Amino acid sequence: MIPSSFEYHRPSDLAAAIGLLAEHGDEARVIAGGHSLIPLMKMRMAGATHLVDLQGLGDLKRITVSADGISIGAMVTQAELIAHEGLAAAVPLLREAALQIADPQVRNLGTVGGNVANGDPGNDMPGLMQCLGATFTLEGPDGSRDVAAREFYHGAYVTARADDEILTHIRFAPPAGGYAYEKQKRKIGDYATAAAAVLLTRNGGTVASASVAMTNLSDVPVWSQAAGEALAGSDCGDEAVRSAVTAMLADIDPQQDNRGPVEFKRHVAGVMLARAISRAWSRA
Amino acid sequence: MAKKMQVTLTVNGETRDVLAEPRELLIHTLREQLGITGPHIGCETTHCGACTVDMNGKSVKACTVFVAQADGADITTIEGLGNPDGLHVLQEMFREHHGLQCGFCTPGMITRAHRLLIENPNPTEEEVRFGMAGNLCRCTGYQNIVKAILAAASQMNQKEAAE
Repeated sequence: MIPSSFEYHRPSDLAAAIGLLAEHGDEARVIAGGHSLIPLMKMRMAGATHLVDLQGLGDLKRITVSADGISIGAMVTQAELIAHEGLAAAVPLLREAALQIADPQVRNLGTVGGNVANGDPGNDMPGLMQCLGATFTLEGPDGSRDVAAREFYHGAYVTARADDEILTHIRFAPPAGGYAYEKQKRKIGDYATAAAAVLLTRNGGTVASASVAMTNLSDVPVWSQAAGEALAGSDCGDEAVRSAVTAMLADIDPQQDNRGPVEFKRHVAGVMLARAISRAWSRA
Repeated sequence: MAKKMQVTLTVNGETRDVLAEPRELLIHTLREQLGITGPHIGCETTHCGACTVDMNGKSVKACTVFVAQADGADITTIEGLGNPDGLHVLQEMFREHHGLQCGFCTPGMITRAHRLLIENPNPTEEEVRFGMAGNLCRCTGYQNIVKAILAAASQMNQKEAAE
């Protein structure tokens, strides 16, 4: 389990990090917590001759929470995200979900930025960020640009980020209403067989708005606009939940693997979404 | 072949300089270069937790850290917690409650439990199980590991109250 050789860099600011990526082109890769990249490098499914470690970039460790918006630095670990009381109060969805990611040791090093930037369909944060309508900030040699989480993922490990860009921050408006993240997995530390993120707001006995995203049920995270629309304006009763599940099932495209055949994954996806809707509604 | 780099680690309070290729995994540096063989290599794929060490005050799996990333880090292994002449309370409680059978996972278990009890000195059984979820044992069924950790927490709290 030895990866191929690389040269190691630990820049102390963002400009130096971007400079290293510009200098070494596609031979360079950024490493955050390394808990997706190192396993791939050990199996030689990923390689880099220059590894640019972002641990020296303190600005990327910051979480800011205000009524105007929330910003999470890419180098914030899952454990730091869970421990941040202000963030948990403003976006309880994220703490609920992060506690279901991997195990304590992995959460101590695995970062939110790595989780969203990597483009692994099994990662939980991409779907959550699509559910929240988040925006990712990318910094490169030509400056900074923002890309919506809902437009960032093009395929497994293929994203809108260019090789010489670094995903530095995740930003979104604080969500209102009820929330839930439901994840079915075979064991602690496993990726989801299926997972559902739901946010919804209530107006009396009616759903005012809903956002639904699914994890590990396609080669990209799936934000199901149709499922959200099926819930909006409904009483969130059995029939509305069934319509939302039907709409979601039309948007996902799971593949058979060691987590089960396609039929099973579609079944679990439906169960996860129905549970998430019901729990989000009870909290709205 | 990449050049070796000088890496400085503080391991169990002692500063150690090593020359290593950046791709060397921290667990290999500890075991093969520094002779610190308490942390074990179980799965080497981030699952089992046998290689758990404390790095800068956090439990990590040393099979999933490049030694280059650990340059400058403060590391504690099972060797830093106790020794045969002076066992740590957790080690005593693992013995007392039969929290091990073959013993392979035990250094990682105890190193993780040590940090868990610093983070949460008075955990419930559920919190112990959740906090130990990154460490696998194929012998015990976990019952006695959980008992040992709860007993250690209780002893440590009593000792602190008496002081």
